[in-house]
Amino acid sequence: MVDFIPVHLITGFLGSGKTTLLQRLLADPALADTAVLINEFGEVGLDHHLLERIDETMVLLQSGCLCCTIRGELSHAMRNLYDRREAGTVPEFQRLVIETTGLADPFPILSTIQADPVLRHHFRLGNVVTTIDAVNADGQLDRQPEAVKQVAVADHLVLTKGDLADQTDRLMARIRGVNPAAPLWLASKDIDADALLTQRSEAVRFWTDTHEHRHDDGIRAFCLTFDEPLDWTVFGIWLTMLLHCHGVAILRVKGILNVAGTDTPVAVHGVQHLVHPPTHMAAWPDAERRSRLVFIVKDLDPALVDRSMRAFGGVPTVANAGANTGANTGANTVAA
Amino acid sequence: MCALCGVLGGSDHWADTAPRPGVFTRNTGSLERRRERDRRVVAANRVLGAYGMRVADWQGVSLVLSTATGKTELVADLAHLWAAAERLRGQACDPLDPGLLTRLEAARG
Repeated sequence: MVDFIPVHLITGFLGSGKTTLLQRLLADPALADTAVLINEFGEVGLDHHLLERIDETMVLLQSGCLCCTIRGELSHAMRNLYDRREAGTVPEFQRLVIETTGLADPFPILSTIQADPVLRHHFRLGNVVTTIDAVNADGQLDRQPEAVKQVAVADHLVLTKGDLADQTDRLMARIRGVNPAAPLWLASKDIDADALLTQRSEAVRFWTDTHEHRHDDGIRAFCLTFDEPLDWTVFGIWLTMLLHCHGVAILRVKGILNVAGTDTPVAVHGVQHLVHPPTHMAAWPDAERRSRLVFIVKDLDPALVDRSMRAFGGVPTVANAGANTGANTGANTVAA
Repeated sequence: MCALCGVLGGSDHWADTAPRPGVFTRNTGSLERRRERDRRVVAANRVLGAYGMRVADWQGVSLVLSTATGKTELVADLAHLWAAAERLRGQACDPLDPGLLTRLEAARG
């Protein structure tokens, strides 16, 4: 079976240092075999001019904001890049990085990659890396829903311009409030490029350690835990129905699952209505064998989500757990 | 694609995905795929029953959703099931609806 090329997304609000981060990542020898798609908003290819390394595996998309106007162009560019890779006219890149515009909603981009009938046979979704400007992020998070969403859907968060900000502790706590499940890196210190663009156990540990966090605009993160092995079939029915009805409110769902009949854990990742194909994990990240599901939601009640999962039969009815929908959640989460 | 009805073969749904390196799926063989489809129909019917609907497998490639009054709709896969159920029902199918949960909990005993 063929290996799929991971597609990583670098997103972040305007001026938050996406291009600078991309430059740093591309300078890492470990990421030499990386192709890059750059998206631009407006007439001037400013990001393009800021990037020093332009080569044949770098494609510039110039028709407008990636999330809303040029999804067709994204598909075309990725197909073209893949064709050239297969034809041997570009190096056989092992990963693709897409830099979005600052205004882009990451969801339609992720959706395009997964829904395209050609792309989904050659590419798979990788990590979403979101850059956050330490100087301006507070105002952006206050005023721009896209900025909050970019933080919420991230697999990795990178705080930039920390050396220019007076203090970052409060901002970091606020970011943690929106997305406690993603590792938070400081751009002013060393960044492990390989870690940002691969799924590693350290990242898994972050989201399995998630406790309940509330954000002041209705966004909250919580973790449901289930001691009993999950019924995979029922879980599929339940999560599909939940995302169909509440996908707009569920910014992110990640889970490490103990599936009945399966020895190793299964990882699931979803962004709004979109769920990545579930993957086998080599081993549990810690001694616990419980299923853990992390949600980042807007205006959804964790106790009701937990009750729903149990009522559907996703986990077997247990005398001391079935009826008490809030207790199991509460026992494994603490207020931020 | 079936030339007769236009139903696309194979599913794009994440819980019914084709085998790939590293991907977890129950579609590891024709027998396992069939068994999983049967389990999925049973599980979906536990929920759909609360809405007076039921679903049945159709030729191992799609699903037939029907109401108690005989309205039916062909559904390609799980990804389209709940949208079709809402069309036939005329209102949302909300898995967080306390009324639905009470019924499911009572059915589980």
